[in-house]
Parts: sequence; C-alpha cells; structure tokens
Amino acid sequence: MTDARTQIDETVKANDVVLYMKGTKMMPQCGFSSRVAGVLNYMGVDFLDVNVLADDAIRQGIKDYSDWPTIPQLYVKGEFVGGCDIITEMTLSGELDQLLQENGVAYDKDAAEKIREANA
Amino acid sequence: MAVADQIHERLDAAFSPRELRVVDESEKHRGHAGYREGGESHFQVTIAAEAFKGMSRIARHRAIHEALGKELVTSIHALGISVSD
Repeated sequence: MTDARTQIDETVKANDVVLYMKGTKMMPQCGFSSRVAGVLNYMGVDFLDVNVLADDAIRQGIKDYSDWPTIPQLYVKGEFVGGCDIITEMTLSGELDQLLQENGVAYDKDAAEKIREANA
Repeated sequence: MAVADQIHERLDAAFSPRELRVVDESEKHRGHAGYREGGESHFQVTIAAEAFKGMSRIARHRAIHEALGKELVTSIHALGISVSD
C-alpha cells in the first residue's frame, strides 16, 4: 500500500464518520462538499472532515481508494457510502438515518425530518 | 463533438435508457471553482433504464462512470447523476 492509501485506510477505520471534502466543514470550498457537510452538520452528526485541497496525495489517493472519481466522499465505519448525489438521495429517503442507526452513530432525528419536510 | 453529446451517446449505447437527459450546466457555475472558459465543465445527467434494476446506488453510479470512460469522467469538473430503473 502507498502512504496515502495506508493513511486513508487508518483514518476511515479509526473514525466512525469521515467526509473527504474540498475545504473544511466550517469553510467548504465547493458546492457539492458544502451540501454534504451541511446535511451532516444540520443532523448533528459528529464527523471528521478531511480537506483534500490541503494534500494532493490524499486528493488523488481517496479516488483510488474507493475507485470513485469525485469528491466529496462519505465513509461510515470504514465503508464508502457515496458522493453528493447519493447522500442527498439517502437523506431524503431516510436511508441515511437507517445507516447511521445501524452503525450506532448519534444524530438528530427531528433535524433529519425537517430536511425531508423542507424538500418534500 | 460537444461533451454533452458524447455523454449522451455513451450512456445511450450502454443502457438503452427509456429516458435520458444530459444538461450542460457550466454557465451556472461561472466564476465558481472548476469553471473554465468555454464551459463543458459541469453536467447533470438524468437517466432511467431497466438495466439499473437490482443495482445499489453505488453500483449504478459506478456503471455510469464505467460507461463514460475514465478519461471523460476525470476531464469534467462535476457530474450530477440522477438514476432510476
């Protein structure tokens, strides 16, 4: 394994929820990253944000790791969940709630419902 | 050939979709990250095909990435995908 791959593997396994994104959760630098970070923030999910713009090796490495060409990428308990489109769909369908629940990740159910009501 | 037409052609050939729309949204992103002069940087694909039946969300997206080819996928800045079976 390359260094980037090892580093990514350790990060996604050591943290319940990790978002590889452009920018940080407090200051996203891309609309797609911003949308996913915004959903997680709003739902009160405790997650680690990794800014790929700060490290070229990680920026390419994360695409190789998941064999997925785009960023953001969300990981729960070491498993790749999806990018912006998939997370948006899963939020609206309730599948994201289910996934978090199954993995014992705390989140605010009322906030999740509010997102769904606002987008119904 | 315009990039949107290439995307359309490849997805049409791979999935024989009953619905397929490819929209070049690059102009909406003028001045933002990833925009480049001449556009062809941001696309939104809406596709419905029997071929996606039984596939997970990730598998559907992977199949689309595959059909478009690595070169095309990495050459554009953003590709929004909405899939149904």
